[in-house]
Amino acid sequence: MAKKAKSDISFAPTGMQSPEKGGVQKGVDLPPATKKKHKSLGLSNDQVADMYAQMYLQRRFEERAMQQYQKGKFGGFLHLYIGQEAVSTGTVFALQNDDDIITAYRDHGWGLCRGITPKSGMAELFGKATGCSKGKGGSMHFANVKEHFWGGYGIVGGHIPIASGLAFANKYQANGRISTCFFGDGAVDQGALHETLNLAQLWKLPAIFVVENNGYSMGTAAKRHTVAEIVDRAKGYGMKSAVINGMDVFSVYEKMKEIADDVREHSEPWFVEIRTYRYRGHSMSDPQKYRTKEELEEYQSIDPIERLKAYILKEGIRSEADLKAVEDGIEQEVLDAVTFADESPFPEDSELYEDMFVEENPYFHV
Amino acid sequence: MAIKIEMPKLSDTMEEGVIAKWNVKEGDTVSAGDIIAEVETDKATMDVEVFDGGTILKIVPGEGDAVPLGGLIAIIGDAGEDISSLLDSDGGATSDPSASTESSKEVEQTETTVSATQLPTAANDSTSSDGRIKASPLAKKIAEEKGIDLQSVAGSGPEGRIVKKDVENASNSTATSLTRPGAPASTPVSTPSFSSLESREVKVSQMRKVIAKRLSESKFSNPHFYETIDIDMKAAVEARTLLKEKLDVKVSFNDIVVKASAIALSRHQAINSSWMGDVIVEHGDVHIAVAVAIDEGLMTPVIRHVDKKGLLDISSETRELAGLARDRKLTPEQMEGSTFTISNLGMFGIEEFTAIINPPNACILAVGAIRDVPVIENGAVVPGKRMKVTLSSDHRIVDGAKAAEFLNTLRTLIENPLSMLL
Amino acid sequence: MAVLQFREAIKHAIDEEMSRDERVFVMGEEVAEYNGAYKVTEGLLDKYGYKRVIDTPISELGFAGLGVGAAMNGLRPIVEFMTFNFAVLAADQIINHATKVKYMTGGQADCPVVFRGPNASAGQLGATHSVAYDSMYAQFPGLKVIYVSEPNDAKGLMKSAIRDDNPVLFMESEQMYGLKGEVSDEQDFIIPIGKGKIKREGSDVTLVAHGKMYHIAVKAAEELAKEGIECEIIDPRTVKPLDVELILNSVKKTNRCIVVDEAHPFAGFAAEVGFLIQREAFDYLDAPVLRVTLPDVNAPFSKSLFDLWLPGPKQIIDAVKQVTYK
Repeated sequence: MAKKAKSDISFAPTGMQSPEKGGVQKGVDLPPATKKKHKSLGLSNDQVADMYAQMYLQRRFEERAMQQYQKGKFGGFLHLYIGQEAVSTGTVFALQNDDDIITAYRDHGWGLCRGITPKSGMAELFGKATGCSKGKGGSMHFANVKEHFWGGYGIVGGHIPIASGLAFANKYQANGRISTCFFGDGAVDQGALHETLNLAQLWKLPAIFVVENNGYSMGTAAKRHTVAEIVDRAKGYGMKSAVINGMDVFSVYEKMKEIADDVREHSEPWFVEIRTYRYRGHSMSDPQKYRTKEELEEYQSIDPIERLKAYILKEGIRSEADLKAVEDGIEQEVLDAVTFADESPFPEDSELYEDMFVEENPYFHV
Repeated sequence: MAIKIEMPKLSDTMEEGVIAKWNVKEGDTVSAGDIIAEVETDKATMDVEVFDGGTILKIVPGEGDAVPLGGLIAIIGDAGEDISSLLDSDGGATSDPSASTESSKEVEQTETTVSATQLPTAANDSTSSDGRIKASPLAKKIAEEKGIDLQSVAGSGPEGRIVKKDVENASNSTATSLTRPGAPASTPVSTPSFSSLESREVKVSQMRKVIAKRLSESKFSNPHFYETIDIDMKAAVEARTLLKEKLDVKVSFNDIVVKASAIALSRHQAINSSWMGDVIVEHGDVHIAVAVAIDEGLMTPVIRHVDKKGLLDISSETRELAGLARDRKLTPEQMEGSTFTISNLGMFGIEEFTAIINPPNACILAVGAIRDVPVIENGAVVPGKRMKVTLSSDHRIVDGAKAAEFLNTLRTLIENPLSMLL
Repeated sequence: MAVLQFREAIKHAIDEEMSRDERVFVMGEEVAEYNGAYKVTEGLLDKYGYKRVIDTPISELGFAGLGVGAAMNGLRPIVEFMTFNFAVLAADQIINHATKVKYMTGGQADCPVVFRGPNASAGQLGATHSVAYDSMYAQFPGLKVIYVSEPNDAKGLMKSAIRDDNPVLFMESEQMYGLKGEVSDEQDFIIPIGKGKIKREGSDVTLVAHGKMYHIAVKAAEELAKEGIECEIIDPRTVKPLDVELILNSVKKTNRCIVVDEAHPFAGFAAEVGFLIQREAFDYLDAPVLRVTLPDVNAPFSKSLFDLWLPGPKQIIDAVKQVTYK
């Protein structure tokens, strides 16, 4: 390689470029949504209504959580899922109830659709003894292991190998369950993903590795932190792969159901990129200077909840009044959860030493 | 109903925010999700979003104003609504104490919760019942340098550990008179040119046997610990002089100590107690034994109901009992039933000493001499009077803090003799 | 002297060294466009451009190792970890490579890299974001470990770290970034690595405290002073090499010592300091050396449990009273 003039050298990300004149820079390019109606996807009217209620719950829960955080009711991190609700909802409807789910720290939505009640979720955020993780985990560590939600994990990429372990145990025990792992686009750059993809393909583990590509790794656009198409990572390992429109709950449901069936039948892993968009900052202290208001508004105009609501009304699945009643009920449930969390006690001091070891009186060094 | 909009927490480390810009003015209508202002936090400029719709009825801080976390910044409600009560109740102060008083609260919370979890006790590896002398490395080194026998030093640290202070005190008062270890005092002097007293055997008297038995038992079976307090005697000296000059009444300092002890004992019943194996008896009456030195040994006549007696009665009764003791005419009744003992070696110039507990008492008070010491008053060095008393306590009954409380009461009483009248 | 925030003091040190030495560059997650997750590198991209201020993907192992290789090959990288809790992913590069390459090659290759970022807990961030790693890294030969508590120290030691020809870990705290203090603006202001400082004189007990715990020790000392107990506070500033002499001289004066350390108790900094005092100043001790550390338990999220978990002034005060026999 010829020597370059020193002034020419730059380590700016190669993916960085200005949008076309007049156009809006997009976080992610969405593949087309499915054209199928709910009946042909095998979904009943009631199931569609339930999907709506679930997504609406996730949204209202997090909006109230954000308000409580800003009021100083709890501290630490708060990574909101708002905008991505179709991913969790579509997936959970596509999986069997005993299939395993594990995710990263943006975990509230996953918890709510896998059995964590708004009360125990809000109480966890508040660090109360009544929280789903007894107040010890907080926002990043919602978990409901009984219902096969193994929790949210705080180290980027750290839980990906764990998902392969869940899948390994399922195959070992021949229990018919599959394991699904969700992580952000930032985690794609972690070595752990690549080691795990190789292991999973090597041993044909019944697992689905899903990138929830919301366009940003913290404040860095996906286009600026990783090269080529994310989904193409699968090719290097000979792994089956797909790209899904994550702003449409039917598209997520349709594809995830197909993939889950395939994994269950053949015991072979999949690598899936679900493209979606988070409306809020990475965490509560993120001023979001890295993107424009116009970009955000573009995605909000295709909001998955509004999209499903329009579909429900158009198809006459529920009336406007029916939906209003559902929404009001959820709003009240979330407000009740806030009151519950606020009034719940903090954990007993002795809880500090609980859950460290299996033994009843374990050794602690002093 | 009107809703208060408070300064939100927009970063985890934020304590206050500065209003960078208002996007709304009073009278504007807003709906949930609208950005009403921009706020500069310690990290960045952030949007302030409202979670409820309505009309902006009031904007409190102007642009550029700093508002603490939770401080009132605006009120939203129905147009025309009366918001005076909301404004009165909140002068911009924080409404949620958990947010704004973070640092002071942190200290508070640890204060209330720490005990269960932290810090092994320092002395947990120094418990030993083998009679080994426990002394800090520094105390050992000082003792060696100054030739002090640690056997003769009472430790004031945990589990009786001898610490620097203890050896220093010991060296002040006794170092010169002590022989170095390894040079036993009983070695016969062989040089004939010195006239010396003849060694002789002394028959152990009945009284010595009793003293030996009782005090050995006490010292070996009761875990003693010692606490010394220094008492300002200026007021007591003045009071005594006053009594003598104005009223021609003679009381001794020891009488004052006995009286003050009685009052202090009635206030700290745990000190006025006895170990009875299964139970601890905290005595209702205060009967104080006063150690009286006689040729053959030591007697401890008992002054009964001291707390109920005046100084004059105590004084005359003490003199009478001491006289009987020296004449060996005390009746058994006059020597029994004590609940506390006082031993005073002040008249011999002993600055301070530790006494062995007189069973079945829980404690004994050892009283030292009144010393003339320079003290600083109003910035000038002036002559002062001090007296040290040391309380030996049976640790099975009395703990360090209890003993200290008693000593503090005693000191307050002696330093303020008038308070004994109360 | 100028009054600067802790984050500004570090930035000034980096900025000055970047102007002085073209081989110095900054790399890490969000250091460039975002101006640093905690704004330590604010403005550096504008000043030095994409060649010397480089955003990385979330690939700690990769970019830490890249820093090691670049250092071996003539550059002087400053690698930022968003927190040392994430540096665990890069521990192989730090422990197995940065510290060992010079030795393994018989001295042929040097590795003048600085790894920096916040260490230990910063409020309720949960179990995986709250660990103090200074003691752990100090265990490995070949590393210098700095964990500072005040802006001036941060500046002087950061400049030393960048100029040092060995791998250096420079640790900060999220909760100290906003802390203001007088910072020297002398040309070439340097604080040598391995020199501690007596930050408060006292005769009754020595407190050894560094990083965030230094500030807790100051609070405790202020409380104790009201009761007539005067603490001498030593901030070692550098964990390794440790300024043992400074600590020993103080202990010889006060005859007692409390080590305050935001690590778990087993085999940590507090244990090491306690051992050294025992070995070198045994005859000067009038009480056992005590330590105030985290319990042997993971960080809980809940505020009530977190406050119980993190050492506070009360624990130091209790320990001081224990050794002063009060």
